[in-house]
Amino acid sequence: MVNKDKITTENLNLWFGKNHVLKDINIGIEENKITAIIGPSGCGKSTFLRCLNRMNDLIDNTKITGKVSLGGENVYNNRMDVVTLRRRVGMVFQKPNPFPKSIFENVAYPLRIQGVRNGISERVRKALSAAALWNEVKDRLNISALSLSGGQQQRLCIARALVTEPEVILMDEPCSALDPIATAKIEELLFTLKEQYTICIVTHNMQQAARVSECAAFLLLGELIEFNNTNKIFTNPADKRTEDYITGRFG
Amino acid sequence: MRHFDEEKELLRKRLLSMTGKVEESIKKAIKSLRDRDESIATKVVNADAEIDREEVDIEEKCIELIARYQPEAIDLRTIIGLIKINNDLERIGDLSVNIACASIRLLEKPQLKPIVGLSQMTGIVTGMLADSIKSFINGDVQLARSVCVRDNEADEMRNHLIRELLTYMMEDPKTISRCMDLALIARNLERIGDLSTNISEDVIYINEAVIIRHHRAL
Repeated sequence: MVNKDKITTENLNLWFGKNHVLKDINIGIEENKITAIIGPSGCGKSTFLRCLNRMNDLIDNTKITGKVSLGGENVYNNRMDVVTLRRRVGMVFQKPNPFPKSIFENVAYPLRIQGVRNGISERVRKALSAAALWNEVKDRLNISALSLSGGQQQRLCIARALVTEPEVILMDEPCSALDPIATAKIEELLFTLKEQYTICIVTHNMQQAARVSECAAFLLLGELIEFNNTNKIFTNPADKRTEDYITGRFG
Repeated sequence: MRHFDEEKELLRKRLLSMTGKVEESIKKAIKSLRDRDESIATKVVNADAEIDREEVDIEEKCIELIARYQPEAIDLRTIIGLIKINNDLERIGDLSVNIACASIRLLEKPQLKPIVGLSQMTGIVTGMLADSIKSFINGDVQLARSVCVRDNEADEMRNHLIRELLTYMMEDPKTISRCMDLALIARNLERIGDLSTNISEDVIYINEAVIIRHHRAL
């Protein structure tokens, strides 16, 4: 069965000032799958991810050409409301970044700024359950989110991303600040989330990409070198540079 | 359950179903000889391609699991064990085909003697195979060790059969080609016992991380 692409990019180029950071990226991110973006530091992984929900708009001197389509709609066209876009394409960052508020209010926050009045408790509960955190926090929803462990904080941030019911979740190194056990929990969580969401994850940790993803893209110096099934990439990559990178010969 | 465990479980089930097919092949190959029915032997020969395909699929899946999950400790031993057991099962499938082919040749000529010893031997080696796989599925090292011990029984039966066939050959040289085929079948059955022993040794390796091949202490 061929899944349909949730996000596609066509000849996506990005410059920070004179620095050509992404070069003609053409990729299709399949619906309800986990796609991993791998590559050495500075190859443009995070920049690519941030193009998908226009987070790079916030950086001065950025020039973007080409197309990024979400469900067939170009996210860079003028009619696209960036707030709506970021609700549809949620994001989880490297370091857990809960607000200095209670657990409940952290997850409720996106709903409150949307002006949602009714059913907030239920939606918070659902998001915390989906992020596999509910059982650990249900009796202390009013304590500060900052008192949670790093792994719990990251799952809280995932719950906060889920509460607006996005279509796509972008994850930028979601486990790099976590210990192996918290990492394993997040990875298991990804497998359950992909049934409902499309996930794109940037990771430095190749083993993590191999474990969790179904498709993998290898970027090098802003170019997309190879994009294929994760199994193919990790057992028999087509490009010598991919092979050199995943076998640790450079990067 | 970890995602890796789910994958491993699926592989285990596939290996179990492959064992079923292989076991069926051995039994049918001998049945064709006992019932003097060539069509059964032909079925064994034709079924081998499917076993071969399954072996390749399982091996590819194991390679994928190593590449993607970098298994350690018991997870690593299990995947390595799976690769070896898978290979042994496929070889057992080939040996059944050898038996079926010998049976087809034998059926062209009148029966030399009732197929009693070979039937008994088949019972022993299919029992060894079934128990070796059962020990793998259940992680039962005691059962695995019992399979290794039973291998002597299979060897003994083969020797006995060959001694018996020698008397036929000495008595009447016209029986030589049939006796050779019957000896070949005994030899193939004995090899199935050996491979079942290998599987059991791998089960012990998977569970206890000790290699007991080449007559190291059980």
